Amino acid sequence: MAEIIAAALVNGLLTGGVYALVALGLTLIYGVLHIVNFAHGSLLMVAMFAAWLLAAQGGIDPYLALPLVAAFMFGVGWALYRFVIGRVSHGEDRAILLATLGVAVVLDNLALVIFTGDTRQLETDLTFRVWEVGPLLVSVPKVISFVVSLLLAGALWAFMARTDTGRAIRAVAREPDGARLMGIRPDRIFALAYGIGIACLGAAACLLLPTFYVSPSVGNVFVLVAFTIVVLGGMGSFPGAVVGGLLIGVTESLGGLLLGESLGPIGISLVFIAVLLLKPTGLFGSVR
Amino acid sequence: MKPVLALLVAVVALAPFASSSQYLVNIAMLTAFSAFIGQGWNISGGFGGLTSFGHAVFFGVGAYTVAILQTRWGINPWLGLPAAFVLGGLVGAGIGFLSFRAGLRGSYFALVTLAFAEVFRVLSNSSDLTHGGLGINVKLQLGAANFQFADRRASYAVVLVLLAGATAIAAWLKRSRFGARLVAVRENEDAAQALGVGLVRTKTAALALSGALTALGGVVYTQTYLYIDPSIAFGVERSVEMLLVVMIGGAGTVWGPILGAIALHLIADVSRTWIDTPGFAPMLYGVVLLAIIAALPGGIAGLKGRLGRA
Amino acid sequence: MLEVRALSKRFGGLQAVKAVDLDVRAGSITGLIGPNGAGKTTTFAMIAGFIRPDSGSVRLDGADVTRLRPDRIAARGMVRTFQVTQPFAGLSVAENIRVGAFLRTADAAEATARARAIGTRLGLGAFLDRPAAALTVAGRKRLEVARALATNPKLLLLDEVMAGLNPSEINEIVALIRDVRAGGVTILLIEHIMQAVAALAEQVYVLAEGALIASGTPRDIAGNPAVIEAYLGHGAAARMARHA
Repeated sequence: MAEIIAAALVNGLLTGGVYALVALGLTLIYGVLHIVNFAHGSLLMVAMFAAWLLAAQGGIDPYLALPLVAAFMFGVGWALYRFVIGRVSHGEDRAILLATLGVAVVLDNLALVIFTGDTRQLETDLTFRVWEVGPLLVSVPKVISFVVSLLLAGALWAFMARTDTGRAIRAVAREPDGARLMGIRPDRIFALAYGIGIACLGAAACLLLPTFYVSPSVGNVFVLVAFTIVVLGGMGSFPGAVVGGLLIGVTESLGGLLLGESLGPIGISLVFIAVLLLKPTGLFGSVR
Repeated sequence: MKPVLALLVAVVALAPFASSSQYLVNIAMLTAFSAFIGQGWNISGGFGGLTSFGHAVFFGVGAYTVAILQTRWGINPWLGLPAAFVLGGLVGAGIGFLSFRAGLRGSYFALVTLAFAEVFRVLSNSSDLTHGGLGINVKLQLGAANFQFADRRASYAVVLVLLAGATAIAAWLKRSRFGARLVAVRENEDAAQALGVGLVRTKTAALALSGALTALGGVVYTQTYLYIDPSIAFGVERSVEMLLVVMIGGAGTVWGPILGAIALHLIADVSRTWIDTPGFAPMLYGVVLLAIIAALPGGIAGLKGRLGRA
Repeated sequence: MLEVRALSKRFGGLQAVKAVDLDVRAGSITGLIGPNGAGKTTTFAMIAGFIRPDSGSVRLDGADVTRLRPDRIAARGMVRTFQVTQPFAGLSVAENIRVGAFLRTADAAEATARARAIGTRLGLGAFLDRPAAALTVAGRKRLEVARALATNPKLLLLDEVMAGLNPSEINEIVALIRDVRAGGVTILLIEHIMQAVAALAEQVYVLAEGALIASGTPRDIAGNPAVIEAYLGHGAAARMARHA
């Protein structure tokens, strides 16, 4: 029994790494633009199809394609904010929320039109590779996705803390009007931040692909997970997204083990509801 | 102007009864059905500004209520209507009270409703009471006494009556004290509270009423298709359909959900003649939603005011 | 009618309001003045139930209302307006006022009639069917008062209804406030502008840095050195005395 629980813990922790990366993009977008990006799951789905196409049609290994897909998703995110979300919503909260929902509806169904509802899976050389660590069998691609996710999270943190662009983004997040006086154009920063948040999904998609499936509705799996992580960690908090990601990875994995496959997923929704109802600022968030 | 409009609506609504075209009756039924559950969403989401992404939770509760009552305990499905109304209202009151007491609004409320719907989906997917992921089949026993109609026109009539009732409720909101308070809360919570309006009470009541009505839609669904499963009942697609109908037609207006439902089903039928691929019509819904948010925040019903002012 | 005792509030490290005592006599117009940042609006918000005080009490007609929600307090007859006007922007002026009127009647026709009558009385007659968002600043201030009056209050809390108005608009609203009092409504008003309050109030309280520094008739207050210091800065009273 102890071994099964240990295996579930390790597995959950490893999955949590890539969850953290997905949530990092979401929390960055919330922290800077103060918008709830409901299209996050759908954009992850787009990234997964992009990575899948490169692998299945172009023969490019997802790990090698990672910079390419991340850059592509940055462009998608940037353009989406510049020409759709920023344009249509007139800066109104409810309109922004509905605009991101509209984008999600369009993307999900566009994928359905192009790729049909089939579920696709990619097998790479590493898909079934495992390491034996004592009594545990640890999936190699999951270890890779965990390590790379945390490295990217660290890189993003360094970018935000150390570079001029990162400082400009943080300035806009805190004081859009003050930043404008400093010669920073908030609308450009918003598009940039949205692009970076979506680029995280490009990276996450490549890391997920060797062990996960792709379908037009795959985004739905991640939407609630990502939002749960972000509210648990505190909306806008970087360390919160990482810790939250790992916690939720473990919660999901233990939930599946203890409650069974069909009832297991309830854990995440319950955590989400409980955090929102009892402590909406999350673990690391400050008062809004 | 108004009587002419009312006459026109009546003629269009009643035309399918004179027709023997199954196709036409089916379209009319689906449109009226979308308009009805849209009106349910509109009570809280439109008049109250309580944007919900998880209204399927009420639809699903209604659909399962009538399915369980008749397959488990042999209770007549007509009694499913009042039972679903009460249960939908209770679930709405429960979700509303918890969320509004915690001060959730805007995007946070939208997300928490989504999560509640997901909780119900997972529960129905793993409970014996709901037959888990297999869903519930209702035995075919045609007859008005069993709330099963061989003639689609009868189902359509039932939906039309429900729609008329829901629209009357929306019209009542336009005039009544409760409606005025609900709209005041939507427009400005602080000001409403300063004028003696209880926020939690008003919003919870709106969500309860909305939940009760939407649950009736679930009953009709089960009795029409004689099958329900967790994804149909609590899936996000149903929640989005209600929201789309209202946002496109005009949130917080009496006729908005009807206009929105007509627009949506027109898009579906016309687009099917161009490209008949799953996903194409819903994709257009998304495009229309974005266009409406960008150019016509009041929806189709807001057009009149815009033209009048111009 | 209103008794405020030792009302205090701290925001983080800042003691925003320190042990404020305040009495409003039935039928009077009472003023609460002070420089910007003195804690006037916080005091007001605590009295009306919008902010929970750390300590102290608020009694209305002898009943403790300290921990009641704003809507409960409004139902008991104490209604506030907002310094930064808070119209129901999507509704017409008449519909705005009607929300207030519905506090005393559930009948739609009666509420509508009452709302239109009050709107007309407050000089909004021409705008009743226009969207509230289209009103000027002065119009919005009137709408605030009209909505509050429609609830048929015993005690009206007016939060800087004169701020942002020009002199002729101020004269109009001063006349209007007198008119309201003549109709039997007790008034507590916050103002930044001392002159306007002096013209209206029988009793004035002066707040500076969260604490009450003086109270009395407008005449008492005008000559009080502590008040002059608070408004014009340290040493001002001494300088004025020297020049006089």
